[in-house]
Amino acid sequence: MEKRKERLDRGIKARTDDVFALTSWREMLYLAAPRVIPLAVFLILPLFLGAYWQKVLLSVAVFGLLAISWDIMAQTGMVSLGQALFFGMGAYCSGLMNHYFGISPFITLPVAAVFGGLISTILLLPVLRLRGVYFSMVTLILPLMLVRLIEATKIFGGTEGLSGMTPLPSVWVELYLIVGSLLAALFGFRRMMASDYGLVLKGIRENDRSVISAGINIYWYKAQALFISASIGAFAGAFMTHVYMFVGMPVFALDYSILPMAAAIVGGPGTLAGATLGACILIPLSELLRGIGGLRIVFYGIFLVLFIVALPEGIFHYIHRKYNQFERWVEVEK
Amino acid sequence: MSVKPLLQVENLYKSFGGIQALTNVSTELKKGELLGVIGPNGSGKTTLVNLITRFLKPSSGKVFFKGHPIHHLSAYRIVRLGIARTFQMARPFYQMAAYKNMIVPLYSPRVKSLLGGKYGDRDAVAMDLLEEVGFERDAHTAYKNAGSLPQGYLKRLELAKAIALQPELIIFDELFSGLSLAEVASIVPIIEKLHQQGIAIMMIEHRLRELFRISDRVIVMNYGQKIADGTPEDVMKEETVKNAYLGSE
Repeated sequence: MEKRKERLDRGIKARTDDVFALTSWREMLYLAAPRVIPLAVFLILPLFLGAYWQKVLLSVAVFGLLAISWDIMAQTGMVSLGQALFFGMGAYCSGLMNHYFGISPFITLPVAAVFGGLISTILLLPVLRLRGVYFSMVTLILPLMLVRLIEATKIFGGTEGLSGMTPLPSVWVELYLIVGSLLAALFGFRRMMASDYGLVLKGIRENDRSVISAGINIYWYKAQALFISASIGAFAGAFMTHVYMFVGMPVFALDYSILPMAAAIVGGPGTLAGATLGACILIPLSELLRGIGGLRIVFYGIFLVLFIVALPEGIFHYIHRKYNQFERWVEVEK
Repeated sequence: MSVKPLLQVENLYKSFGGIQALTNVSTELKKGELLGVIGPNGSGKTTLVNLITRFLKPSSGKVFFKGHPIHHLSAYRIVRLGIARTFQMARPFYQMAAYKNMIVPLYSPRVKSLLGGKYGDRDAVAMDLLEEVGFERDAHTAYKNAGSLPQGYLKRLELAKAIALQPELIIFDELFSGLSLAEVASIVPIIEKLHQQGIAIMMIEHRLRELFRISDRVIVMNYGQKIADGTPEDVMKEETVKNAYLGSE
């Protein structure tokens, strides 16, 4: 007897998608759980972690923000290989304001997010017309160019960088500020991408000519998505400047470009939640593998390949499907 | 007093490298007129549409809409003035539900300005428009991803996206291609209705029987040039048209 696997939406999902009729606490829990669980985990976890793992959590949140930033651009059809540009711009903006003018981190952080995002957007504006790999190449090159520029011209402390930045008042402020920002970005921008505005951004990725033929200036919308994305990255960079109390050339390192992309791809692109989940897996994994020593990167690479081969759709999409659908074997009709 | 044409095309030229795709094409379209554009494959029909809508930049020549030059404007600005178009190959957003596809044109600044700065309930308007072009309201078709829809529905979706913009001129680029006779027969009344509402229509088409039945005027293109212009009956009597379609002896 030939059989096939049948996937059906769970009743609760079908009802809540269309008519929003909730009939029990169980159904409310079903809807709330995917939102409440990550919220609770991120808010409670810092209380139980030791100093080392608190730093790892901080790193998870920073890379989570960068992965969200990558995913917003990717959903608008701009595949970036250079989140380090945004990260570095934010880091230097915040560092310069604090180092030269002694401005408080609580002011430098939002200002650096806006200005870092703005400068990055202006730098990339001329290439917004490029598509696919051509756009990606420019994003890859820009942070590498800026490193050489700082090295050659010795501006902003040159290779030594600038140190002695004002730290945030306490570890708890650091932790809850970055975790809160990650959660706000995750839920806020998920809502934005699900709105009609987000639909237009996704439309640009799917078929830009079709969006143009609706009378919409796609370059203006791409610039907006780029600014949002760049500001998120710049905020992450500005934050790390105050954590490390230092800003220098390493803020433009390739790690800040590649890891966020890897996190978004492993976690599942196109959802922002996948990007965050990817960061939650890859960063701690990298830390756990530290004990292996020199072979760390080899094992890390193997894990990455395994994730991508086993779950090409991304971990989040897999979990999402399992949560919303049930599967059963049924006989094939002949 | 002569009525000013809605669209005027003057001496359009377009070359791609060494290939002359369009040579000295001039035509005009009055308000509420239905103009058919026919010609063999590669005769420059789609190039003409792309030049009018500015998806391509003319090598030389001018295009006027309601008396104003538009050949220097960007494609999206031309749409905002009231010229909508469809594409030869349907261009839906494959990963979105059919009714979500409608949100993009309904988000257009043109729609916003026509509605006095408010968009209204876009989902409801989207469903109404889809019903107008033949998506059954009670069926699930409008909720399916565009990627899973058959060609007939994709073309209807293209049509609905153009109508959503409330244009004064719609340019259909081979709307009937890939459709069965029955599907064409069900779309023709929708076009006739738009025509009756006073919307000017330019239709590039290979299905001559259906086109001639609804056209007020037809122009014939061959090798990038306009070789005939007139009523469908007159045009098909011309020797140059017969030669272009059937070949000379």
